[in-house]
Amino acid sequence: MPPDTPSSPNTRRIAIDPISRVEGHGKITLLLDADNHIQEARLHIVEFRGFEKFIQGRPYWEVSALVQRLCGICPVSHQLAAAKAVDQLVGVEQLTPTASKLRRLLHFGQILQSHALHFFHLSSPDLLFGFGSDPMQRNIVGMLRQYPDIALKGVKLRKYGQQIIEAITGKRIHGIAAIAGGMNQPLTPGKRDALLKDSADILTWSQDAVTLNEQIHTSHPEHYAFATLHSNYLGMTGGKGELEFYHGGLRARAATGAYLFDQFDYRDYQQILREEVRAWSYMKFPYLLELGTEHGWYRVGPLARMNNCDVISTPQAEAARKRFKEFGQGQFVHHTLAYHWARMIEALHCAESIQQLLHDAEITGTELMAEKGDKRPEGIGVIEAPRGTLFHHYQINEEGLITQANLMVSTTSNNQAMNESVRSVANAYLDGQEITEGLLNHLEVAVRAYDPCLSCATHALGKMPLQVELRNVEGVLLDQLTKGVNGDVRRRPELA
Amino acid sequence: MQKTNPTIHVDGQEIPFKVGQTIMDAALAAKVYIPHLCHYPGLTPHGNCKLCMVDIGNKNVTACTTAAVAGQQIRNNTETLNAARKTVTQMLFIEGDHICPSCEKTGNCKLQAMAYYLGMLDNHFPQFYPRREMDASHATILLDRSRCILCDLCVRASREVDGKNVFAIAGRSTNAHLIVNSPSGKLGDSNIQTDDLAAHICPVGAILIKEQGYDVPIGQRIYDQQTIRDVGLNEAIPEKQGNHHD
Repeated sequence: MPPDTPSSPNTRRIAIDPISRVEGHGKITLLLDADNHIQEARLHIVEFRGFEKFIQGRPYWEVSALVQRLCGICPVSHQLAAAKAVDQLVGVEQLTPTASKLRRLLHFGQILQSHALHFFHLSSPDLLFGFGSDPMQRNIVGMLRQYPDIALKGVKLRKYGQQIIEAITGKRIHGIAAIAGGMNQPLTPGKRDALLKDSADILTWSQDAVTLNEQIHTSHPEHYAFATLHSNYLGMTGGKGELEFYHGGLRARAATGAYLFDQFDYRDYQQILREEVRAWSYMKFPYLLELGTEHGWYRVGPLARMNNCDVISTPQAEAARKRFKEFGQGQFVHHTLAYHWARMIEALHCAESIQQLLHDAEITGTELMAEKGDKRPEGIGVIEAPRGTLFHHYQINEEGLITQANLMVSTTSNNQAMNESVRSVANAYLDGQEITEGLLNHLEVAVRAYDPCLSCATHALGKMPLQVELRNVEGVLLDQLTKGVNGDVRRRPELA
Repeated sequence: MQKTNPTIHVDGQEIPFKVGQTIMDAALAAKVYIPHLCHYPGLTPHGNCKLCMVDIGNKNVTACTTAAVAGQQIRNNTETLNAARKTVTQMLFIEGDHICPSCEKTGNCKLQAMAYYLGMLDNHFPQFYPRREMDASHATILLDRSRCILCDLCVRASREVDGKNVFAIAGRSTNAHLIVNSPSGKLGDSNIQTDDLAAHICPVGAILIKEQGYDVPIGQRIYDQQTIRDVGLNEAIPEKQGNHHD
């Protein structure tokens, strides 16, 4: 990757490296001209994972266990997307009812825990304390001190999602349940009953989280324009246009709400999507082929799904969705910070769906494996992961070894949008300003709204060291702020 | 006068043995565990893995290949020997690609179980990242050489139990590798069959039955339920396998 050196001697570079309170490692660079106007603002993904390459040559039956290691937050989504692809490789079109419901239950647990983690642990400090508030308070520990009731509910919501994952896969993180053609173990009535015991509280707390986010967003008009983009949206919906996380057709709509396509078979995704590679980032830039690289970028994830879907199948989440739509006066809500609100509506839908599935008699069934059919050389599994539409595409040879893999992860689809949001916030808030930690956090708030999973592997929780430098047009260091692992922000003494 | 069996002492415990038995044979018969990976009761011992090193006073020897001698005072379960065994296990880990999280053998893997048993917390040594050929040419059996620990169990099982001679170890030192006795060198051209002991005896994930990925859930695998000690004390070639050796 070429270094991000200023292209002109009359510009200077500011870097936020790494970004904190996101999953994984990334950095933001700003290029300012002599008048402090933003010339360029970029979100760089500086990690290289290489999964698509190193799984080549591995046997296909290993793949769902292997690729879930992409992520420590949403491994279930990777496991399920891979399992859907592997089902196709072994000629399975239809799972047994119990296997299908177990996979859905597992996925609802996954999304609930991931959404809870993102809002309560990572983003609520920004939203409740203020973007520029004291960083020593602006974290989950500060939340537990100042808003213990809210923070503890968040911790418990996440814990419950993890318990569902553990009950089905054997482990809270990186268990294995989805195998070629079905599931490897039933949910016992004992485990089902243990989960049911807390489901009413989970529903109440999820509803509270929606109410809180609705209040936060609607009572802060200054949030409406923050990092906001009029973008296209892509996601999967069910056959009736309902919010759907596990299986459905692809739907893309323009910023106006106009349909670009609907119920498109995801196995043909290469006919509608392309990925562009840019030299300064390890993350690709997907776009809708029909609209081209300049106009074809789109957003995925909770905001996209909430805008895209026509209805939610569970009553409380549907009521919340209607309020969301009313807020947008029937139009799309393009506010980037409304991602948080949409995310909690989805968490509520998960809580309701979990309760429904736990009451479903078939959930404890023991018919878990479908009969395998003729082998196929190609499988494509698509799922709505917490952060958006996730594509897993594999080709195998006659010996069962993977020859080609393409993984289009959710955060990749939001790459252009995150860059646009960073640019928007940089222009609106940083022009001509002295650098402060709080001001820089505005950029991170914009990125954080998307809940990016930059490595799909690690948490930072605000403890990552950060150094920001300001240099003049001659390259002389004017200012330097350092954030230590304990959260202390210090200015270089001789520059203070 | 009644003739009694001669005895040895392992960590102070008196153990009878029959002439011709190895220290390992006698210890296992008395339910005394000596850590091992390449030993399998019923197959000719080879002393490859060195995990079963014991101290017989003047030197360390492999228990699986050393004859029991009356009056031997053997030290087995000592801090020093277990530390050396842990080091050997670490070396086995780094010489291959033992990525437990994605390996179908996890939970059923003796190398992994041994690491747990010996309290191994890291690899200590830098990874070799060997480039070894994968052989998926057989319809039902996969040979992933990157996980092979050169224990030779498949070689002996094929020769002594299956009566086929499918495998051999070729090369020396870091170039040692498992080869297949077929015209092409491919497993698919050999006469190995799915129910052969050689297809199932691999202690790690080097030889696996194909298309079985995590069918047995985590928590229900062999070493999820028992330690390698408990398994090792009760291991024997399944009776259904006919012994073609002699």
